[in-house]
Parts: sequence; C-alpha cells; structure tokens
Amino acid sequence: MKSFLDSEQLDRPTLERLLDDADRFREVLERPIAKVPTLRGKTVATLFFEPSTRTRLSFERAAKALSADTMSFSPGTSSLSKGESLKDTVQTIAAMGADLLVVRHRSVGAPARVAAWTGLPVVNGGDGAHQHPTQGLLDALTIRRALGRVEGLRVAIVGDIAHSRVARSGVFTLATLGAQVVLVAPRTLLPVSVEGWPCEVTTDFDEVLETLDVVYLLRVQTERGGATVFPSVREYLRRYGMTRQRFARLGPDAVVLHPGPMNRGVEIEAAVADDPRALVLEQVTNGVAARMSVLYHLLGSPEHA
Amino acid sequence: MHDLLLVGGRVLTAEGMADVDVAVAGGRVVALGRELGPAREVLDCAGAWVGPGFVDVHTHAREPGGEWKEDLATVTAAAVAGGYTAILTMPNTDPPVDGAPTARYVLERGRAIGRCTVGVAGTVTLGRRGEALSHIDDLWDEGVRVFTDDGDVVADAEMLRRALAYIGDRGGVVAQHAVDATLARGAMHEGWVSARLGMRGIPAVAETTIVARDLLLVADTPCRYHVQHVAAAGCIELIARAKDRGLPVTAEVTPHHLTFDHTEVLAGTDPVFKMMPPLRTADDVTAVREALRSGIIDLVATDHAPHADHEKDVPFEEAPNGVIGLEWAAAAVNSAVGLDPERFFDRMSIAPARLAGFDEHGHRIAPGRPANLVVFDPTAEWVPSGTMSRSRNSPYLGRRLVGRVRWTIVDGTIRHEGAASRA
Ligand SMILES: [Zn+2]
Repeated sequence: MKSFLDSEQLDRPTLERLLDDADRFREVLERPIAKVPTLRGKTVATLFFEPSTRTRLSFERAAKALSADTMSFSPGTSSLSKGESLKDTVQTIAAMGADLLVVRHRSVGAPARVAAWTGLPVVNGGDGAHQHPTQGLLDALTIRRALGRVEGLRVAIVGDIAHSRVARSGVFTLATLGAQVVLVAPRTLLPVSVEGWPCEVTTDFDEVLETLDVVYLLRVQTERGGATVFPSVREYLRRYGMTRQRFARLGPDAVVLHPGPMNRGVEIEAAVADDPRALVLEQVTNGVAARMSVLYHLLGSPEHA
Repeated sequence: MHDLLLVGGRVLTAEGMADVDVAVAGGRVVALGRELGPAREVLDCAGAWVGPGFVDVHTHAREPGGEWKEDLATVTAAAVAGGYTAILTMPNTDPPVDGAPTARYVLERGRAIGRCTVGVAGTVTLGRRGEALSHIDDLWDEGVRVFTDDGDVVADAEMLRRALAYIGDRGGVVAQHAVDATLARGAMHEGWVSARLGMRGIPAVAETTIVARDLLLVADTPCRYHVQHVAAAGCIELIARAKDRGLPVTAEVTPHHLTFDHTEVLAGTDPVFKMMPPLRTADDVTAVREALRSGIIDLVATDHAPHADHEKDVPFEEAPNGVIGLEWAAAAVNSAVGLDPERFFDRMSIAPARLAGFDEHGHRIAPGRPANLVVFDPTAEWVPSGTMSRSRNSPYLGRRLVGRVRWTIVDGTIRHEGAASRA
C-alpha cells in the first residue's frame, strides 16, 4: 500500500490488518505515556485546503503518538490565495522534506493528483463528496470493538448520502468486511444511481428500523440549503431523525454512530446523543488509533523500512 | 506540365468513388483519369482515399486574447496536419467577435498566415452577454455567416427569437451551444459514475430541454439552426423529428463524443476527459455514432479547445472544459465509426463546408474546382505522440488510432505531408 486514497480499493485482508493494528494502537492511547517511537524521524504534513479542525487534530495526534514530526498547512495564510497553483503548493511542501501528506480538498480526486505530482504517500483526509477512507476505517473499528464483529451485521446509513464522503467510504468499507448495508434517505438526498454499490436502498426508515444492529446517522447539512432538498427540519426529524421513539424500537445491543459534529434536534434527538449506546466519542478516540494504523502501514511497517 | 499528380488512390468524384488519378495545376484540379501526363510532383495515393479537404466548423483558435493557449499560426498548423483545408474559428475570444474589427482581425491574420482558409463565426449577442444582438450586419459584410455565443447558450427565449428572425432574414446560421446553464453546474455526466465519485452531475436533459425549446422557436421563426456538439441520445430524436417536418436544422458531433464515455472519468478523474457537454454513457456514444452514420447528425466538428498545462493539470472539478483535436479528428472518427468513404467525406468535408459557407471547399473532385484536397489512408495505424498545437490537452495522445492523413493540399499547394507518406 503506497497511499490511502479510497475505501473502494481496499480488500478484506488489508482492512483486517489495519483494524488489528488499530486495536493495538488503541491500547497505546490508554497508557499513561501514550506514545511509541515507531515513526521517529519521519515528517507528516497535514494539508487541509478545506477547513476541518477536528480531522486535522486527529491526524496530528496520531502522528505525534507515533513520534513523527508534523507540519501543517491551511490556505487562509498561504500563497494559494495569491494565485499559486495546487501543484506548485504541494510540490513546495514536498520539497521541504515531508515523508507523507494528509490531504483534504473540496475537489474529488485532488489527493490522488497530489500523490501523482509529489510521488509521496498520501492519505486522503476527505475529497469533496467522494471518499474519506480513514473515517470508514474508524467506523468499522468502532463497530467491531462495540459488537465484536462486522461480518453479518445490518448497518443503516441514514441521511444526506448524495453529498457524503462518509457514506461512500462507509458503504465500501463495511460491505468489504461482510456487513449488510442499507442506505436510508429521502429521494432528494440519495445519489442518482447506486449501480455498483454493495448495499440496499430505502426511503422508509421505519420499515427497516427493527432489523438493524447499527444506525449510522449522517450530519444533515442545513447550510447546503436544506429547504431545497427536504421540506423542513421538523419533517426530516419526523421521518429520518433518530428520535427517542425510534431508539426504543432498536434491538437491545444496537448502537448509534455519527461522524460529528452532531445537529442535536435535527438528525438525532439530544437524549439519544447522550445515551451510552451512542458511540460518538468512542469514534473520536478510535479515529486517532485508526489513523495511527494507516500512518504505520504507509511509513513504518517492515515492508516500508 | 501539371504541378501535382495524385496517383493510384480511390477518389471521391461526382459519380462516386473511382480509381483515377488527379492532376492539379494553377491551384485547381485540371483532370481526372489515367495517363494524365507529366507533373512536377507525383504523390503515391495507393491504398488511400482522395477527397475534399476536411472542414471544421468549431475551432477555438484562442486569438485574440488567449495566445498562451493557441493562436492562428499554431492552430492552422494543427489543422493542415489533420487534413483540414478550412476552419471556422469560434467567436468567444477576448474581445469577442461581436463586430467588424475583431472579425476583420481574425480573417486578415488567417490570410496573412496563408496555411489554410480561416473563417470566423460571429457572436449572437454583444459581448456574449445574452442581452442585445451583436453587430450582425457589420459582421455579415465581413463575410460572417454563422453566429453563436458558443461556450454559453443563448438562454433567453425572446433574445433567441429575435436572433432567429434577424439572422434568418439574411440567410445566416444560428449555432447553439445547447446546454442549459442552470442544469449544467456539475463537472461530468450525471449518472452512476458521478454518483460513485460524489461529483455533481450534468444530466442529459441539460441538452434536450434547450434543443426541444429551440426547435419550437425555429418552427415559429424559420432560420437555419445548428446544434453544436450533440452528446445526449435524447437530442437525436428531437433533431430527426424537426428534419422530418422540414425545418432547416443541422447538428454536429465531436470525435471525443464518438469515442469515449463517462466511465473514463472513474479511473483517475483525469481532467483530459472534462468537456462540455460531458462524456455521456456508452448508449449515448452508440446513438451519436448511429446518427452520424444515418445523417441525422450532419457533420463532425472538433470543438478543438486548447488549454495550457497549468490550467488543465488541476483537480477535475476545477479544470476548464475542452480538448484539442484537429490533428487526429479524422483518425478518431474513422476508428470509432468506420464510415464508408462517401459518408466519411460528406460528414468531414461537404456538410461542414456547406454550413460555414466555404464555397471553395467541400466539393466532390472535378476539373475546374479549387484543389483543396486531402489524401487519407483509412487503414494506417499510428499513435499520436506530439502536436502542432500550443496545448496538449487531448485523451488521444498515446492512443492507437486507425487512419492517417498522407497529404493536405490547399489551393494546389502541399501544406502537410504525413511522416510516412513517401516510401
Ligand atoms: Zn460549445
């Protein structure tokens, strides 16, 4: 594995190796000194052309826990606003001696182009509505740690599938690991086609609710102009929100995930968000462990020594 | 003594394809037959088709205002290398061709370079802003016969209606970039590939809604009306029905829409596959091939659209639309559709010359006609590896094609000789 760009490309043995190592790193994170020397002397650069404090912090925490040095770049303060091209920007950063780039960009495929331009290993930190493969990995890790397996579980991904890189990475990661995935959304938030996606699709949340082991709620982007894609927040919560009533109809072991940040009262009712079976904070901690595993596989494992 | 003797080819004559020699003197075809006498130069056309030089009605020469991408010198070099003896350049330059001065500039530059015939289209509206008619009469007096806001659609129905009335009265052509801008905010065809990539799509109805509306307007206000770069199969049925009703409608298709579909974007999101309209489905490709064969789509136009590396080598959604194509358009059409020579020259030379009003081009070969000719070998295989254009944004570079230009002859002078033309 040279770069980590896309959840579709990952086969099951690779995913399971990444998850096993993430489990080990999760234990490291619980030690009093949560640090191992694995990537000492390596430099990880985070290039977030689209702002996201929490994902950048998670990658930086992961790199530091592996003893790597970090550099970070965000466009507000850079020459990109002075007309420098993306290609020149990333080649400049590569020339400063980065060993690996974490790239988030609003355009689909941008991390892959960065990998081609620089020749460096690149981790896709989210590209447009395309892919967010470390999110897929951390979600699989969270489900596996909570329920002991992914194989055979029924997982619903609910919400704005059409515009979600989290959904695209989630579908392929979880299906590759043997889960049955069902997408739940109003017609206007579903992709125009799911040809080739390993999942089912429904617009009726209540019809599938009682069969589910995992409910994955996506953030509803009211700032996208929610009014044009569903009638109102009130109606969205009524048909697709995780209300207390719906939560009560889930099986006793079923869990709820959310990539954050949550819109309480829109896609999730506050009482559900605070329930111990809502694993949102667990996802955040697992995110650091999953990203450590990815960095380790790209930079530190014996095959790359 | 003739200037040129084209020997041993299959020639598009008034009576169809014929195995005859062609003699050229004083810039004109002077004789067809055998044993035509001595010539200063003899061209071996064995295995090749000899026909009227190709004519492109959709070339973005980028001059004036975009000379870092292309100019009239480089674009005409690319044109003759591809077998073209005449090109119609698009008016979306800077400044745009919305009045006599810019038109005269382009035409005079074309004449001064002297490599092939250069015509220019005028804009429909001033500054391509869609608000007021451009200087149609001034443009007409410079020789402009085709009007288009290409790059943008004439969106306002009342504006288009006035243009059809005014230009129709003069006998000109309104050529429409038939893509609804409000439905075309995406970067690629809306379908399973765009859904998979999470990219905003451009649905096929972005084309069909404009074509359907425009054809109703043309029925109401008759004018020669031309649909540029048809990509969606749904347009074809609309155009066929309009033709059945006798409306003066023509349509073009590009080589790339005859060759590639949207799945090309899936692997690598390479901006070399970004164009407007976007590459559509395999079914659309089949449909435009069939429509070109049947003649519902009248002609091939390159939509040769140069962009510099630094503009195109960016993430897909941020890249400008378009690809270059003059040099391998004929090869691409031959590879993708495999037309017989009669239809091939009709779609590549005769129909486009008629549309653009290039009277000296696009005729079956006969004594007395200007010698604007191409010798095209339909079986030669090659891989485009470089270009005469200033830009190199093309998905055909590095791809095996069948069919190659041996000679391009403009007004009786050889303007291009293919690499392996003389054994
Ligand atoms: Zn156009």
